[in-house]
Amino acid sequence: MFQFIVRRLLQMIVVLFGVTILVFSLMHITPGDPARIIAGEGAPEHTIENIREKLGLNEPYHVQYFTFLSNILKGDLGNSIRNNIPVIEEIQTRFWTTVELATYSVMLAVFLGLLAGVIAAVRQYSWIDSGLMVLILFGLSMPNFWLGLMLIKYFAIEIPIFDPSGWGTWQQNVLPVVTLGTGGAAIIARMTRSSMLDVINQDYIRTARAKGVKERIVIYKHALKNALIPVVTVAGLEFGGFLGGAVLTETVFAVNGMGRLVINAIGSRDFPVVQGAVLVLATLFVIVNTLVDISYRYLNKRIDLE
Amino acid sequence: MTQPLLKVEDLKLYFPIKGGFFGRTINHVKAVDGISFEVYEGETLSIVGESGCGKSSTGRAILRLDEPTVGKIYFDGMDLLRLSKKQLRKKRKDIQIIFQDPYASLNPRQTVSQIIGEALEIQNIVPKEQRKARVEELLEKVGIASYQQDRYPHEFSGGQRQRIGIARALSVEPKLIICDEAVSALDVSIKAQILNLLKKLQQELRLTYLFISHDLGVVRHISDRIIVMYLGKIVESGDKKSIFENPQHPYTKALLSAIPVPDPEKEKERIVLKGDVPSPIDPPAGCRFHTRCPFATELCRKQEPELRSESHMKEGHMAACHYIHELASTPSKV
Repeated sequence: MFQFIVRRLLQMIVVLFGVTILVFSLMHITPGDPARIIAGEGAPEHTIENIREKLGLNEPYHVQYFTFLSNILKGDLGNSIRNNIPVIEEIQTRFWTTVELATYSVMLAVFLGLLAGVIAAVRQYSWIDSGLMVLILFGLSMPNFWLGLMLIKYFAIEIPIFDPSGWGTWQQNVLPVVTLGTGGAAIIARMTRSSMLDVINQDYIRTARAKGVKERIVIYKHALKNALIPVVTVAGLEFGGFLGGAVLTETVFAVNGMGRLVINAIGSRDFPVVQGAVLVLATLFVIVNTLVDISYRYLNKRIDLE
Repeated sequence: MTQPLLKVEDLKLYFPIKGGFFGRTINHVKAVDGISFEVYEGETLSIVGESGCGKSSTGRAILRLDEPTVGKIYFDGMDLLRLSKKQLRKKRKDIQIIFQDPYASLNPRQTVSQIIGEALEIQNIVPKEQRKARVEELLEKVGIASYQQDRYPHEFSGGQRQRIGIARALSVEPKLIICDEAVSALDVSIKAQILNLLKKLQQELRLTYLFISHDLGVVRHISDRIIVMYLGKIVESGDKKSIFENPQHPYTKALLSAIPVPDPEKEKERIVLKGDVPSPIDPPAGCRFHTRCPFATELCRKQEPELRSESHMKEGHMAACHYIHELASTPSKV
C-alpha cells in the first residue's frame, strides 16, 4: 500500500509537469498581448514596452517557462497582472468555495444517484423503474445553466425559500449545489442501476437469500458493495469535473469560485492567474483520482495495488 | 414407503416477458409447467434434461428463490408456499442449495469464515463463542484446511470453492440439499472427488439430495431415482435401474444413447434427435416432444400424454407417452 502511494505521487509529479508545459504554451499561443491589455487602449508604445520588460515577456519562451517553473517550486505563482496581488492569495479564498461547492454537489449526486439506481434495479421493469429512468434522462439532458435559472425563478423568486445568488449560508448554497449535482446524480444512478442488475443476478446473491439473509441486507450488504466499484470511479471523475466545470453554475449564481476566477483571468489575459488556477485544479484532480484508486482496494479484495 | 420429505404438486413457474414503455407483461416463459414428484428422506433424486428444460428452475422454485406461479410444495408436511417471508427465512435452514458455478456463488467481498459464519449467525445454529470452532470443523469436513478460513474466494481453485460452497450449505444443518449442476463446472478428476464427498456426507449426516444435472454419467453414479424433464414437463421417472436399463420414453432413449461408452469394440446405436428444443414461450400442443419424436402421430400432436405405468414396467416407473406399450417392443432402438 505504501509503495503504491509513493509510486502514485511520483506519477503525479510527471503529470503535473506536463500540465505546466501545456498551460504555459496555451497561454502564449492564444492571441492577445497581455502588456497591451494592461496598458489600456491607446497607450503609448513605450509604456507597453516597459510593461513587457517588467513582466519578462521579452525573454525567449523557454527562459520564461523555466522562470515560471522555478517560481512554482519555490511556492510562488507570481502576481496577478490585473490586481497586482499574489496569485496564491487570489486563489486561496476562491479555492475553498469551489471545493465546498464540488464536495456538496458530489455528496448530493452520490446520495440521490445510489438511491435511485438501487431502487430502479431492485424494481427492474416496474413503473417505478420506468419513471426513474425518465427522470434520469431529464437530469442528463438538462443544461445546468438552464436548470439554475429555473431554480432561481421558482425557488428564489416565486417561492422565495432560497437566495438566488452568493455562497456561504445554506439559503445561498442549496440552489447551486442542486444545479451542479443533478447531472452527476443522473449519471451515477444509471451506473448504479446497471451495475446492480449485474450483481443481483449472480449466484452469490441467491446464496445469500438461500442462507436466509434479510432482503434489505442482501441488497445493501451483499449486492451494493459489489456493485460499487464503477460507481466510485464515476463519482471520482464527477468530482474532478465539478471542480473545473462549475464555471456555468458559478456564473449563474454569482458564486465567487475558481471557475469564475479562471474565466475572468482568461478574458483579461491574466496569465499568471490562469496558470496558477489550472495547476491547482489539476493537482486536486490527480489527488482525487489517486484516492479513488486506493478505495478500489477496499471495495474489491481482488484488486492488488502492489 | 415412508412419508416423503419433499412433495411437489403441480408446480408451475412462469417468467413474465415484459415489454413496452410501461413494462406490461406480454407473454410468459413457461419454465416449469405443472410437475409433481416426491423426494424421500435419505435418497438422492436426480432431475435430468437438456439446458432450458426447467430443471434448475424447479430447484429454485422449491427454495422460492424464484417465486412459483402456482403449485404446492410440502416440506416435512408444511406447505412452503404459504409461509410468510419471515417464516420462510427460518425454514431456509432446512433446505440448502449448491450452485453450478463455484466462481459466481461465493461473495467476492467476504472471507470464507464470513461466508460460512453468516449462515451460522442468521440461523443461530451454535452460540456465538462456538462459531469460529464450528466454521473450522465444517471446513475440515469438506477438506479445506482451517488456516485458510480468512482468505477470500478468489484465492481458491474451482474445486476448493465448490467445497466451500458445500461447507456453507452444510453449515445450517439442512435436511435437503439441492445440488444445481453442482459438479458440472469442474474438471473430471475434481468432479469425482466432489461427488464422493457428497456421497460420504450423505451417509454421515443422513442428507437428502435433489440432484439437478445434464450429465447422465454423474447421475448414474449418485442417484437412487431419476426424473427426466423436457420443456418444463416430466417425461419419465423411476428408479435408476429402470431408467438406465429399461427406458420407456423415446426422449429418455435418445438421451441415454448419447452417453459415451468407453469400449471401442462396442457398436453403439446413437439416436440423434433432429431440430432444437422448441421455445418454452409457446410450447407445442399435445405431447411437447412430438416435434422431434420419430414416432409422433396425429394423437401426439393433439393430446397431451399423462405420466403412467404399464404392466411391463417396474413399480414406480412412469413415462408420459401414448405409445409406451407399442414402443416397448422396439427396445432402445429407434
